[in-house]
Amino acid sequence: MSGRRGRGIHFSRLYSFSCFRGSFRDEHSQIGQKGYSRVVYCNDPDNSEQLMLSPLAPYTASSILWPLLVVIGATMAKEAVEDWRRKQDVEANNRKVKVYDRNHNFQHTRWKKLRVGDLVKVYKDEYFPADLLLLSSSYEDGICYVETTNLDGETNLKVKHALDVTSSLHEDNSFQHFKAIIKCEDPNEDLYAFVGTLYYDGQQYPLSLQQLLVRDSKLRNTEFVYGVVVFTGHDTKVMQNATDPPSKRSKIERKMDKIIYVLFSLLILVSFIGSFFFGISTKKDIDDGKLKRWYLRPDAATVFYDPQRSALAAFFHFLTGLMLYGYLIPISLYVSIEVVKVLQTIFINRDQDMYYEETDKPAHARTSNLNEELGQVDTILSDKTGTLTCNSMDFVKCSIAGVAYGRGMTEVERALAKRKGDTHHDSGITSSNIQRSGDDFAGSGKSIKGFNFHDERIMNGQWVNEPHADMIQKFFRVLALCHTAIPEVNQETGEVAYEAESPDEAAFVIAARELGFEFFERTQTSISLHELDHKSGRKIDRTCHMLVALSLRIQAILDTFPPPPENVLFLLRVSVMFERLSEDAQDSVAITMDHIKRYSEAGLRTLVVACRELSELEYRSWEEEFLTAQTSLNADRDALIEAAADKIERDLILLGATAVEDKLQKGVPECIEKLENAGIKIWVITGDKMETAINIGYACSLLREDMKQIVITLDSAEISDLEKKGDKEAVAKASSVSITNQIREGKLQLSSSEGNSIPFGLIIDGKSLTFALSKNLEDSFLDLANNCASVICCRSTPKQKALVTRLVKKGTGRTTLAIGDGANDVGMLQEADIGVGISGVEGMQAAMSSDFTIAQFRFLERLLLVHGHWCYRRISMMICYFFYKNIAFGFTLFWFEAHASFSGQPAYNDWYMSFYNVFFTSLPVIALGVFDQDVSARLCLKNPELYQEGIHNILFSWPRILGWMLNGIISSMIIFFFTTNSVLHQAFRRDGRVVDFEVLGVMMYTCAVWTVNCQMALSINYFTWIQHFFIWGSIAFWYAFLVMYGAMSPRISTTAYQVFVETCAPSPFFWLETLLVVVSALLPYLLYRSFQTEFNPMIHDVIQRRRLESPEVEASKELSGKIGKLREEDSLLSKL
Amino acid sequence: MSSGDGSSEPSSKISKISKKPRYSRFTQQELPACKPILTPGLVITILISLAIIFIPIGLSSISASENVVELVDRYDDVCIPSNSSNHDEKIGFIQDAATNKTCFRTWIVPKKMNHPIFVYYQLDNFYQNHRRYVKSRSDHQLWSPKSERATKLCEPEAQNDDDKPIVPCGLIAWSLFNDTYRFSRNDDAIEINKKDIAWGSDRTKKFGSDVYPKNFQTRGLIGGAKLNESIPLSQQEDLIVWMRTAALPSFRKLYGRIETDLEANDKITIEIQNNYNTYSFNGRKKLVISTTTWIGGKNDFLGRMYMTVGGTSLFFAIAFSILFVIKPR
Repeated sequence: MSGRRGRGIHFSRLYSFSCFRGSFRDEHSQIGQKGYSRVVYCNDPDNSEQLMLSPLAPYTASSILWPLLVVIGATMAKEAVEDWRRKQDVEANNRKVKVYDRNHNFQHTRWKKLRVGDLVKVYKDEYFPADLLLLSSSYEDGICYVETTNLDGETNLKVKHALDVTSSLHEDNSFQHFKAIIKCEDPNEDLYAFVGTLYYDGQQYPLSLQQLLVRDSKLRNTEFVYGVVVFTGHDTKVMQNATDPPSKRSKIERKMDKIIYVLFSLLILVSFIGSFFFGISTKKDIDDGKLKRWYLRPDAATVFYDPQRSALAAFFHFLTGLMLYGYLIPISLYVSIEVVKVLQTIFINRDQDMYYEETDKPAHARTSNLNEELGQVDTILSDKTGTLTCNSMDFVKCSIAGVAYGRGMTEVERALAKRKGDTHHDSGITSSNIQRSGDDFAGSGKSIKGFNFHDERIMNGQWVNEPHADMIQKFFRVLALCHTAIPEVNQETGEVAYEAESPDEAAFVIAARELGFEFFERTQTSISLHELDHKSGRKIDRTCHMLVALSLRIQAILDTFPPPPENVLFLLRVSVMFERLSEDAQDSVAITMDHIKRYSEAGLRTLVVACRELSELEYRSWEEEFLTAQTSLNADRDALIEAAADKIERDLILLGATAVEDKLQKGVPECIEKLENAGIKIWVITGDKMETAINIGYACSLLREDMKQIVITLDSAEISDLEKKGDKEAVAKASSVSITNQIREGKLQLSSSEGNSIPFGLIIDGKSLTFALSKNLEDSFLDLANNCASVICCRSTPKQKALVTRLVKKGTGRTTLAIGDGANDVGMLQEADIGVGISGVEGMQAAMSSDFTIAQFRFLERLLLVHGHWCYRRISMMICYFFYKNIAFGFTLFWFEAHASFSGQPAYNDWYMSFYNVFFTSLPVIALGVFDQDVSARLCLKNPELYQEGIHNILFSWPRILGWMLNGIISSMIIFFFTTNSVLHQAFRRDGRVVDFEVLGVMMYTCAVWTVNCQMALSINYFTWIQHFFIWGSIAFWYAFLVMYGAMSPRISTTAYQVFVETCAPSPFFWLETLLVVVSALLPYLLYRSFQTEFNPMIHDVIQRRRLESPEVEASKELSGKIGKLREEDSLLSKL
Repeated sequence: MSSGDGSSEPSSKISKISKKPRYSRFTQQELPACKPILTPGLVITILISLAIIFIPIGLSSISASENVVELVDRYDDVCIPSNSSNHDEKIGFIQDAATNKTCFRTWIVPKKMNHPIFVYYQLDNFYQNHRRYVKSRSDHQLWSPKSERATKLCEPEAQNDDDKPIVPCGLIAWSLFNDTYRFSRNDDAIEINKKDIAWGSDRTKKFGSDVYPKNFQTRGLIGGAKLNESIPLSQQEDLIVWMRTAALPSFRKLYGRIETDLEANDKITIEIQNNYNTYSFNGRKKLVISTTTWIGGKNDFLGRMYMTVGGTSLFFAIAFSILFVIKPR
């Protein structure tokens, strides 16, 4: 959203941009620079107008100006529509909010008039107009609920707490004497932190994110709140976050710039040749004081034709030539590409096969710049959690006091079982399979989302009979209490649902509920649950006071449960904190450790649960220390808090561990297999443990049984010994050496198995990655990784994700695509050539910084193999064709000029020329760019090898581009020389009249229009009525235009007056000549293509043929040969 | 995320409209389409049908062209005094108003020529398509006496020395071709019809019937022909033909029509007034008479090219078939 705004501002420059360039040469110097296209367009009308006033121009002013205005008008209209969103700004600025004024009343005021320090009152379902500090709400305890969908996409409600001191201000008039001072941090973009202090009544109160109501979020379930404006406008957190998405350009577009250089050199060359000969012929016009071509009156010539100053005349002619052959540089190409890309993104956005029913999310292309880049992806770098997996957690197992519970089987376990040859589960991992196995265990038939735990030992209250019942009770109490979830009680059924910030949390609360610890109410200071009394077996309501809730990690709960009520039960959940556990339970720790290891191997996310009991006295002394740390505004505040937290996190009693399954998304293994068949390398970069990552790799068929694994890790005894000694330098040195050796060994393995085509899988952990990414190792690491079929980087940080992406991008020069869903993937998404965000559960940051968003990983297959391939093909064909058609046309001008003494006379009427790119040839190209399909979507998916064309950039390689240009030159020669030779001298009609300048122009132009349009018809493979309409319509329109234009007064139509109706149409020769030239101009291409499809077919040719012949006939042999050849060429190239 | 079975969802979600893209064949890119592929069968069919169409057209154009009788005679090099061999003497001869420029040529008609027989003059190496030349005219002035002064583009032939506008102005009109031909057969004059040699639209819409030549060819340097000031421009057909500029530096323009048949072996004498200076720029002048058929004048190129393209298609069709038989996929 904010990104759109940024784009809008950028675009708006286009149609409010007024500049006037003195010389048109400046315009050309813009070529190749960023934004070249746009600048050229906004400058052109000025330039042409200026130039038209000079006698240099070969055309009349209006014939250039009008079509340009049409094109610019269309572009402007497009930009204006895209900018329509800016209207929202005005709307937002004029929204009203109640503000406390001097008369001690709340008055409606416009948002834009808000000042820092204003007191505002916001009602239910209203947006916050600025970042507010919550003072009080309609609730007694000063809490309120906030929906932050606009910020992070999370749909759950968040609770905000007012400070106790201010929460009593419930009335409008209670603010009469309210005065306070807030000291807080400077505006920044961190949505998840806020530090400040409130000075009120001589006291200091710490402020945290809990009191901050961020702009663009919405008040929910609360009648009203009072708040103080802290940040307004651009200082608000949301605006600080609004950064422009990094500007990315596709490789094709960058290559196009190079082609423009080539064409520009060609333009200069051609103009130079023209002016050179013009200079010579002009100089010769007066020889020894005698007039040669007296009919040109060289004795009375202006400077442009003056034989005395022929060098100067030649120079001016050079400028004229630049304008005349401007057709060689297809300016309208840029506009056409823009239009085409926007339409292509509409197709992506509207694709039903990329719509995800469950979250109601279609695919969304956030930029139209990278459509064709999707067809060239060489390496995919993928996050795991939420990308390959659903990120909706199921509580499947737990280990309490050394006993493992939970009998469910995870997907990874099934994959492992399958790998070991156990065919008990028939067809691998399909969703039905999962469902079935889930049902097997559930028995009751009712499946609960987030809960897939089956164990009769502790379910249905049976846990009281287990040996460690008290531990089990504490364990689930921790789960039920230590979280930030909000309960929603359904009044009718009494069922409780939860809104939690993370899916893990939801899973815990649900698990606790299912096992009899039902959390049902939360206030600012207390949490209430129903609990099964394990002695009586009855349900008891219990309320605990929450004392400090400082982070997810630690929550202190005053447990009023008997016995004895004065004890503080300090509860906490930790991930890996074994060193913090108390020493006296080592045996159960070891068992739990073992369980955790097994859980990770089964692809589960584990969490250790521990607690500590304190006496109230101990607690109070700690609390004081902690609060001082919290209120301090020093730079080391965080350190102080950390220190305080450290003090309490000691001597914990281990309760057990949870294991939550993050299920693979539907269709992931199939999708990955397809993408691999398409020749795309897939790297998974994850923060998970190595075992988990490997197992997930197997589950999603990234690693296979027949693959050899190369594992690079620093988990060796030697290094951990060094680590214990604490000599960091030695560790680094040893690690570096070890990694170097491991990479070398890996390479040896690779080269030794060369030839027998065993695929390799590379697994590297985060620590090793740090060294592998260092300057001296990165090349060999990349080399190794490139030769492996799949790469898994585990335990990597967000920064490493971005670094790996950069390494792959820079190191291979190939197109990289990063896909991820969380805030930790943002760096990676922005670094990669294409960032694809999964609009999933973890919020919107990734989606906001991506170029495309999809709802499910499996849609990537369609996005790349279908849309990517099509867009790549369309854009590259379109560009090649555009150059072809403009060269074919532009060079006829050159040949003609060569026959007009290089005087810069165009062969055609001005208006024919200006309409060439606008009406007679543009629409079919746009239709090509929008609609062409070499093979249908179904076949694209069925034959992923087709994607190779994009990876190896076959359709936009230099030979192909130059081939098209050559074709254009050949066509222009055929058009010019065949036409002129066939009309030379003699009459072309029965009435003896001869071809003159006007008729020759029409003849050549007709041939050109026919040729380029038929060339289009020849080169596309997909005719809908739209293509037919545009191609034949363009040709028909040319004739219609001739008739209409020729019917105008001769003072307007000049050389076109009646030229078709009276002169050309009645002559059979005219029609025969058109047929001859058009067929001759197309014949070379037809023959070339026929031979090519027959004897050296491209991949899509093979697939098309296969479709035509019959689906049974296998041409795959030929294909694999083809692809093998491609790869060979490629490796040759890279060696060069 | 909320658990449970939907009933506990917040009320705001119920009213939400689904974002599911609506189905249409257009947006799903499933429009019915035909997908032609260049199979060998199709290629051979195309090539053979091209041959089938092109070869007959070629043959008939060649035969039409054969039926045309065309006589071409270059006279610029013979219609000068035989003693003026060098370049400057030729120019001196042509620029001297006093010299006798009459010249006689005799032709034998090789084949019967049916009327109408078209008389052309042909100029070579004359750049009527030079940009300076092409632009040097005023369409407004030619059409309406009111626009007499619209001579901006006509420089240097825009005004005479008294600043009076020249009608018709500009280099094109100024350099009007002024050789004349008189045909006779056995001392009988053959009439040359000079009516209707220009395009009808030019006569009626571009050259005004109330515009008369003024101040034409009155300045020091005389270009070409003079015009009869009592005849409106719309009837000065030589001028109209001349002003319809040629496309290429070698061109023919219609001079007139002979409305009688010429028999084979007829001896025709042509009296040429060799006035027009092509010697300065090494141009050539030719006199052409020709009959026409449905494709116009004598035109071997078109027919031959049709034959060539048809033959090429046939050749490749056969080559393709053979290759296909020898090396099927």
